[in-house]
Parts: sequence; structure tokens; C-alpha cells
Amino acid sequence: MADGASRPIRAALWPALVLIALLALAPALSIWLDDPFTVKIATRIVIFAIGAVALDLTLGYAGLVSLCQAAFFGVGGYVVGILAWHQANSEAVLAGWMGSSELALTLPLAFLVAGLFAAAVGAVSLRTGGPYFIMITLAFNQMLYYGAVALQKYGGDDGLQIINPLTLFGYDISNRYKFFYLALTMLLATVLLIDRLARSRFGVVLRAAAVNETRAIAVGVAPWPYRLVAFAITGALAGLAGALLAASQQFISPADMAWDRSGDFVVMTALGGVATVWGPIIGAAAFIFTELSLSSYMQHWQLPFGLIILAIVLLLRGGLAQLVDLARGAKKGGEAVHD
Amino acid sequence: MMRFRTAFAAALLCGTFSVAARAEDPVKIGFLSTFSGPGAALGQEVLDGFKLGLEASGGKIGGRPVELFQADDQAKPDVGRQQADKMVERDKINVLTGVIFSNVMLAVAKPALDAGVFVVSANAGPSQYAGAQCNPHYFAVSFQNDSGAEAMGTYLNAKGVKKIYALAPNYPAGKDFIAGFKRTFKGELVGEKYTTFGQLDYAAEIAEIRAANPQGVFFFYPGGMGVNFVKQYDQAGLKKTAPLYGPSFSVDQTVLPAMGDAALGAYSAAFWAETWDNPQSKKFVADFEAKYHRIPSSYASDGYDTALVLDAAAKAIGGKIEDKKAFRKALETAKFTSLRGNFKFDTNHYPIQDYYLTEIVKDPKGRPIMQVREKIDSDHRDAYVSQCKMAAE
Amino acid sequence: MTLSLFLEQLLNGVQLGVMLFLMASGLTLVFGIMNFINLAHGSLYMAGAFAAAVAQQATGSFVLAIVAGVVAAALLGIVLERAILQRFYTRSHLDQVLATFAIILILNETTRMIFGPSPLRMSLPHALSGSVPILPGVPYPTYRLVVLLAGLVVAGLLYLVIMRTRMGMWVRAGASDRTTASSMGVNVPVVFSGLFGMGAALAGLAGILAAPILSVQVGMGEPVLILALVVTVLGGVGSIRGAFFAALLVGVVDTFGRVLLTPALGSMAIFVTMAIILAFRPRGMFATHG
Repeated sequence: MADGASRPIRAALWPALVLIALLALAPALSIWLDDPFTVKIATRIVIFAIGAVALDLTLGYAGLVSLCQAAFFGVGGYVVGILAWHQANSEAVLAGWMGSSELALTLPLAFLVAGLFAAAVGAVSLRTGGPYFIMITLAFNQMLYYGAVALQKYGGDDGLQIINPLTLFGYDISNRYKFFYLALTMLLATVLLIDRLARSRFGVVLRAAAVNETRAIAVGVAPWPYRLVAFAITGALAGLAGALLAASQQFISPADMAWDRSGDFVVMTALGGVATVWGPIIGAAAFIFTELSLSSYMQHWQLPFGLIILAIVLLLRGGLAQLVDLARGAKKGGEAVHD
Repeated sequence: MMRFRTAFAAALLCGTFSVAARAEDPVKIGFLSTFSGPGAALGQEVLDGFKLGLEASGGKIGGRPVELFQADDQAKPDVGRQQADKMVERDKINVLTGVIFSNVMLAVAKPALDAGVFVVSANAGPSQYAGAQCNPHYFAVSFQNDSGAEAMGTYLNAKGVKKIYALAPNYPAGKDFIAGFKRTFKGELVGEKYTTFGQLDYAAEIAEIRAANPQGVFFFYPGGMGVNFVKQYDQAGLKKTAPLYGPSFSVDQTVLPAMGDAALGAYSAAFWAETWDNPQSKKFVADFEAKYHRIPSSYASDGYDTALVLDAAAKAIGGKIEDKKAFRKALETAKFTSLRGNFKFDTNHYPIQDYYLTEIVKDPKGRPIMQVREKIDSDHRDAYVSQCKMAAE
Repeated sequence: MTLSLFLEQLLNGVQLGVMLFLMASGLTLVFGIMNFINLAHGSLYMAGAFAAAVAQQATGSFVLAIVAGVVAAALLGIVLERAILQRFYTRSHLDQVLATFAIILILNETTRMIFGPSPLRMSLPHALSGSVPILPGVPYPTYRLVVLLAGLVVAGLLYLVIMRTRMGMWVRAGASDRTTASSMGVNVPVVFSGLFGMGAALAGLAGILAAPILSVQVGMGEPVLILALVVTVLGGVGSIRGAFFAALLVGVVDTFGRVLLTPALGSMAIFVTMAIILAFRPRGMFATHG
């Protein structure tokens, strides 16, 4: 998985749309199999895919490895959780506002608050570069993690249960199929946004600066503001994903913000293939599916899990997305023989 | 078509999907516990004890075979929630058990209970489910977090100890333990310190303890934190002037082998320990050691008792645990030979049990063990039972 | 806080810092000179501690335990480097993070399978288990003073090796210009393997010295790894001198943060300090590379 920037622009959006269309069939599959859990896994895949696709903007396009994604994810979750808590306990958040369990309001707020956190973290972290960036984002992740543990009022380390029913435009959203389509819509929006950004001048600058920062500066483009915006968008979308997770499991806790969860996000994004909007979706699906199935098969599941990751990094430089390239290449090769 | 669908489901559902109809339907038990990360030893301990308990009842529960679904919650509430959802919705479990940590329990108990699954805790004992959130289908075979600490406070009062320094990690269970201690301890707390969860170095705190000059230190540090603290406290040479007191989890067999001599002379309030003086305990300890080559802790004894409770309750109703009303009644009144000797469920489905003082001494093989001393508290009820308004069905 | 308590806490902070330095020194060498991010450095620390604990239980000797731990960590490091990690020197930092993240999972789980999930014991020889008075009425654990001394000796030796010896020269040459160094007869792969082995041995030594104080358990490397990364970055990647002073700073800030601040703020103190310093000095306090 070389830096995303050094790979040709994978302009195709359609594979991502196909994946989303396939995911949209999950509820039907769930009913057909008479297995309501299928749609729950699909929801989890969709939620983590949002975080992973968003991370790709920073990781794949801007070439910056952030280990702070879980923290922003958690911030978004806590926004939804805390606002619902205040409503349930009839206690004002600020200036007499009693909180809310209306997702039409709290999801955008989660997006916004997580984006602001990301902007603040980015403003400091982006002054550094390369390995320093990895480490400082890791440190910020830990800082926010301990911050969440310190929220004793909202459960501290025990986490925060959402006890009141969540609504969307006044309608109850606790039905798992409805909620799944809500999450899927958010994934679609994320994919379209990231794809749009990647193709725009904004994306070109990000990639150029990732390949050769000096040259970018020489032609008169300072990459810093571009990177900051990219980092903030990545964080905001992570917050949206975290908000959806909190809403779907009616629970959020600091464990969702631990640094190894940030590592999981990097693995999902990179294993699927960076600098593609569809790679991270595959990565998230593969990650969650493998984690769930391995751990119900065996107690020492982290050993094969680690070996799989290592093998993919060693052998498939482009992540799982490269398998598609290889298949294409083989097909082309086959045609060549026929000619 | 049907066959394709089943095969497809089996493939998709990673093989855990059981389709074979059996003459005798098994009791399905979801064993959700912590098998990775720093808490992995605890999950293993409960599981080993639980399996030994199942063996004691002939591998059956209420005369029915048992199908055990095992999963790792990684000590993360959201992972636990996902695994619990799978067990409830796909594996269609009847009983969920095994959870170690309170925060995981708080995330998984509600959806399981909502789906009509019995939650029978073999370890986690959060105050929420002992009090206001108590539930007809929620049982804790183990303990309520605060109880051991309350018993310790009672003991120190009786012993006339006046000045105690208290420490715990800065998370809800840590605060529960100190709150429980303060509920009964009548002397003065010359210091009350909450440290970062997972802290490695305690030199600064130990220096403060020395400066405060207490008659004893009450501490709650589970797992690796306890090993770190006890070793460092011993090296600082404070044990003679200010002995260590704690609930049993701070110095039980999950950590004692790693502490070694550093733990000698520490006291704890325990509802069970490896030196418990009754025939069933002695047999359990011997069997456990023969099978797993280590001394069991109270995590293992709770796992064992959980299997026994389930079996006894199911037997009493002829194995018909699908009759939830009857199973609940049967659990509430289950007659079984607890390793603890004296045990019954309170009205909030948490245990009423005795607490004994234990002291860490060396056994004949030179290993540190918890030696049972005097009884501290009889028929201890937890502090939250009065808040529990459980509907009688 | 009385003066003697203040001095004792300061010593505690310095002593914690020196322990972190042992861990960070290997990390900063590999990181700075080979431009390689090794998240599995914590696993080498764990390997050292486990090997030492096992050797002590088998032989009863503390000295043999130290030798076994250092050798085991160094060997594991060299095997990892030869078999897997050297393939990643030319790859992106992202690939390095992924590969070493995977290795953490693999080594942790393998260790758990071999030794079980319960922590192991490493005890002190009688001579080191007591305490000595450092101020009137303030006894201090002898062993912590030994760790302090060991850390200072290692720091001095490392500085000499890197700055004054031929091997140190090769290392510095290989880092600044690999191709030229190769053409001038420096066997870069061998030097790098040796360097990686040295970093691993240092991590192992840190693990061994921590083992009598801390719990020897699976996953013990990761919390320390994070602190060591903070130290490495604060000190300036590749700078032994920087790592030393940064480690002392982190140790002292953490100790006093825990004593003086609320628990929540105390646990954040290190990271806040790091953010503030990097905001003003993005390449750490003693940057070596541009």
C-alpha cells in the first residue's frame, strides 16, 4: 500500500455505488434468511465504512496517517448520547435548552462538534509532518480518550446509555431496518462528498502536496490550509459515524475512543485500498466480518487476524482493491494471448 | 431451494448457525467474556470454573445437553454489544453469562433482557442492576461491587483502626468500592486518591501515603494495576507500618502468582477464597488444580456456582426453561450447594452471602494464598436492594 | 507539600523518566536513523520481561534473567527485522504502521498461547529488595535507585557509541545517505540489522528492569509504547540526547500531574505538554533532521 498519492487516480465512483447497492439488499437478505442479526452487522459495516471512507481523505489523498480517528468518532457519539441524556433527565445543557433525541438535529451537531475538535487537533498536528504527525495524532487520541473517561457525570468509563427513544423528524427510528437505511444514506452522502472533493482542485492539491510538498509550495500553493480542511472533514464525518453507532446501539463509551480503535480504522482504510472511495468500504466489511467470525470460532483469534493483515500488507501493495487490478490484468493478459 | 438457503445461511453465518434439529433440544448458553487484552486472564478463569461446574452436573443443565456459544468482548462495550446481539438474535441463546466488566454488562444486558434472554452474571455486579434497573430476568451469582468494600469497613471498625488512606482507579467501579468503604468505615480517611485507569507507576502516590502516615491502606486495583501497586508498595517498605486492606479482587489468585512475596500480609474481605472450609470447596480446588494446574480464584468459583445455579433451577422445573415465569421462580429459589456455603438470592437477585477476612500467607509449596480468618459479616445484603422495585410476575 | 516530599517526588519523576528513556532510546534510534516506525517495539519490551521472568523461575538467578531477557529481545528483534521488517524500509510509513500493528497482535496472542493469560512473576534478589534513606526520614526503594543508575549508564554508553565509534559513524552515514555509504563499503543491511538488534536489546532491557516493579503480562508493551512515542517525538526523532531530556520531562510532568491535579487532568498532563511543545517546536526539542 504505497502512499495513495503515488498511485494513478482511480477515478471510478461506480464500484462504490455498486457496493452501496449491494449493501442496500441486506434487509431483504435478513428477512429471507430469517436472521435479524444480518442487518445489524450490515449497519455496523456501514457505520465503520463511513469512518473509513472519511479517513481516506486524510490517509489516502493527503498522505497523512492519522491515529486520531477513533477520538472524533467518540466525540460524535458523545454528542448524541449527552444531548439525549439531558432530555431524559430534564436538565439544561445550556441556556435552558433541554437537549434533544431528535437525530435530524443531533447528527448534524455531532458532525459539527467533531469537525471543530478535528480542526483544533489538526491546527496543532499539521504543523508537524510524516512520523511526527502519526505520533501527535496518537497523543491527541489518548488525550480525548482520557477526557471521555473523566466525564463522570455521563458515566465515565462505564459509558453512557441512551434510554429515551431516538427520532428522525419526529418519527421513531428504533426499527433496525429504518435505521439501516438512514446509515446507508449517510454512507452514500459520504462517498459522494469524498469523491467530489477528490476530483476537485482541492483533491488535486492534496495529492500533489503528498507527492512532493516542496514542489507544491514552489508553484505557490501552501498545503497547510488544504490539509486542515481535509482533516476537519475527516474528523467531522468520523463524528457522524460515531453518532450513528451511539444511536444504533443506544450506548457510547470511552472504549469506542481507544487508540487501537484508531488503528482499526487505519487498517480498514488501508486494507481495502487507499485513495479509492470503494476500497475502505470493502476494508470495513472485511474487517468486521473477519473479527466477528474468527472470534466466534476460536479464542486466540487475534493470531490469524494479525497474520491476515500482515500478509495483505506484504503481498498486496494496493490492499484488497489490488485484487481487482490483478484480476483485470490477468484478463487483459489472457486477451493478449488470443490476439 | 430450502437447502440452498440453509447452505447459504450457514456459509454466510460463519458456521455458527445451527440447523440440525435434535431429539433433545440443547440449552443454549451465550458465554460472552473477555479473552483478549489485559483482562483475558479473568475471562479464562470464569470460563474454566463454569466448565468445571458443567462437568459436575454431567455436562447437562436440567437434564438437557448444553450448547455453549463463546465470544470475546475485548473488554469493549460496543464489541460486547455486537457479540451479544449475535448470540441473542442468531444463536437464539436462552441464557447470557460470562461478562467480566461492569461497563460491558451495562451495554449488553438491556438488549438481551429486552429479547427475553436471562442474564445470569458470573462476575460483573454493577449497582444499576442491583437498584433502580433491577430486572426479573437479571441475576448476579457473584456479588455487588460495593459489598466487599463495605465488609472491609466493618472489619476495620471492629479492629479499632482510625486512619486509613484509600486508593482506586478513576473509573466507576473504583468509585463504587471507595464509596462502599466509606459507607461503613467510621474512622478518618487521611487520603482519598483516584489514579488513572491502567497506571503503571505508583511512586508518587506511595510517597504521599508515607507522608500521610495512615494505620492502613484500603485499595482496589484489579488485574495488572494491582500487581504494579502491591509490588511497588512492598518495595517502599511501608507494609509493616500500614498494612494493605482491600476487597478480594485486589489480591486473589489471578494476580497473586505474579505478586509473589510482595503480597504477603495483605488482608481482604472475601465471599470465597481457595482455603474456604467446606467439603465442596476443597473438592473444587483440588479438581481445578488437577485440571488447570493453578489455584482457582473467586472468578472461577463464581463461574462454577453459576453453572450449578442454572442446573439446579432448570432441574427443579424439569428442564423447561422456556417457561420464563417458572424459570425465574426456580432461579430465585434454587437449591444448590454453593462453594460459598451460605448463599441465597436477595429480592434484587443479587446474593446474600457472608464475608470473611483473609490474609495472604504462603502455602506448604511456598505459593501465596488467601488464608481464611474470621467471619466479618453474616448474610450481607447490598446497599441498593431497597431501590429495587421488581414486579412480581 | 514539604520540601523533603517535593524532593522525593522529583526523584520519583526522574526515575520514571529514566525508565521511559530506556524504552524510547531504541525506538528513537530505529525511527530516526532507519526512518522506520516500529509500533512493535513494545512487543520487544514484553519479550525481554517474559524471557527474564521465565529464566529467573528456572534458574533463580537475577543476573541470568537479565542476560536471557536481553538476548531473547535482541534475537527476536533481529529475526523480525530479517524476516519481515527490512522489506518495509522502503515502504511508506502507513505500511510500516500496518505491518507492525499486525505484529503486535501476532506476538501478543502467541505469548498468551504459550504462557497463558495470567501475569508472571519476577522478583528481586534480597540485596535489592529493601530501601535506603536518601533524606532523613525518607527511605527510598534500593531497586529504583539501581534502575536510575542503569538508565544513566546506558544513556552515556549510547551517546559514546553513536558519536565516537566506527560503528556509530557507519550508522550515521547509513542514515544520512544510504547509497553513498553503500558505495563506500559500508554494508548497510548488516549495519541496520545490528542497529535494529541493539534497539530491540534496549527495549528488552527496559522490559527486564521494569519487570520487578510492574506486572509481567501480555499487552504490557502498549501503554509504555505510547509513552515512549511521546518521548521520542518530544525529544526529536533520532536524537538520543533529546530522548533523554524529553523522558525526564515526561516523567516529572506525569509525577507532579498525578500529585497536584485532579485525576482526569493528571492523566492528560503528558499529552497536553506534548501538544504545547509541538505547537511551538514541531520537530521536537532536539531535532536532528531538517
